[in-house]
Amino acid sequence: MNINEIYFLILALISAVATGLVGSFALMKRMTLAGDAFSHVALPGLGLGILFGINPLLGGAATLVLGALIVWHLEKRSGLATETTIGVVFSASLAIGALITPSEDLIEALFGNFAPLSLEHFLIGLTASFLIILFILKFKDQLVIALFSPELASSSGINLSRLNLLYLLIFTLTIILGLRFLGALLVGSLIIIPAAASRQLTHQLNSFLITSSLLSAASVAIGIFISRSYAVAFSPAVVSVSAVIFAASLLKKKR
Amino acid sequence: MNTILTVKNLTVQFDGEPVIEDVNFELNEGENLTVIGPNGSGKTVLLKALMNTIPSRGEITWAPNVRLGYVPQKIEVDKHLPLNAKSLFAAKAKILKTSIKDITTVAKTMGLSPDILETPIGHLSGGQFQKCLITFALIGKPNVLLFDEPTSSIDRPREEQIYETLHRLQDELGLTLILVSHDLSLVYRYATKVLCLNKYGLCFGVPSEVLTTKVLEELYGAPHRYYHHLHEHNGHEH
Repeated sequence: MNINEIYFLILALISAVATGLVGSFALMKRMTLAGDAFSHVALPGLGLGILFGINPLLGGAATLVLGALIVWHLEKRSGLATETTIGVVFSASLAIGALITPSEDLIEALFGNFAPLSLEHFLIGLTASFLIILFILKFKDQLVIALFSPELASSSGINLSRLNLLYLLIFTLTIILGLRFLGALLVGSLIIIPAAASRQLTHQLNSFLITSSLLSAASVAIGIFISRSYAVAFSPAVVSVSAVIFAASLLKKKR
Repeated sequence: MNTILTVKNLTVQFDGEPVIEDVNFELNEGENLTVIGPNGSGKTVLLKALMNTIPSRGEITWAPNVRLGYVPQKIEVDKHLPLNAKSLFAAKAKILKTSIKDITTVAKTMGLSPDILETPIGHLSGGQFQKCLITFALIGKPNVLLFDEPTSSIDRPREEQIYETLHRLQDELGLTLILVSHDLSLVYRYATKVLCLNKYGLCFGVPSEVLTTKVLEELYGAPHRYYHHLHEHNGHEH
């Protein structure tokens, strides 16, 4: 392994921890389906980036942020229309993205890649990971009260609209972070599946958060090992491992 | 005694329709104000307007240094949240930067055992959950407690118990209470002031003085109306 592969490995593990934390709250906020499919919004941006020869990640980030703002706006209303709109926008993004992305790049855009990282990209990724982890640690209490009761949250002086926007932006950053490794199709899965498995195992908030992060990191570690040992694609290996972990978690009887 | 709250010409509208219109009252420190009125008369809306969590017109003036605690009538909690009361209380204490020690004291006053505090909130009984909501409201040492009475889900003896607890807390902590209630007997027992709400503030003052038969009939409708509802007896409505 050269140093750039080690960068990749370290960043993949640390971003998995961040992903597990963000995923725990996505699960509690019951945005699993939307959260999973949200990453599809990145694809048109990735495609445009490749077409115009700019960094595809920047393009993906741009469409994701736009998508997050749309979701935030729709979240303020409620009802079936929101779910439907989100569903339509996400799948349409996938279709349009697949159309405009050059076919030789499509597989990588959809499924990511195990590619050695430059020091610069490593440091940017590391900063983003720590930003995500710090956000969750700092806003954990507000998020918890808002989950318990939006009404009590606002009566306790929490600005709900701002909190929701911040969370969505952090969620978006998590997707951007994972985009390179896991691709637009599967990055959402690593946010949701380890948290879902962790939820089977514990009723207690802090242990839920920690378990999600550990399971996420374990999925990435085992996925990397499998993909290197058996020369299979990295991202499907990681997500499959997390799915196996989830299946195993179902064996535990809930109290 | 110091005035803690002054409300002048308070109006709340939803989609252009007034829910509360031109309500006026004043409250002193340490008083117990009970708000009564039929369903849909805007009692809960009034509490929310007082907390400034919904937009309103008119004047709401709280005394400086007022700290509000709020117990909602009913909240829909996601039963699957991996959350117990202890973590929930700790979260509020951290936001308000008060010590966790206070919580233990408050929880003990409310009769919440360590076992209950460790139970996931989705597994609590109605009564335990209600006590948790009150405890949650008391974190951060509020000097005003707004309490929206649960209309169902709590049986009569337990309701009495909660009122006695609130009354005791009021004495121990020097709280000002603003309660929404549908139970007139409780108004007579504990309230120092009563506000009758039917969109407009129909009456305000000391219960024994303002709660006349005429006011109550106007508030809830004439009793005989319910027996002869096939005939038009809407004379008291405007």
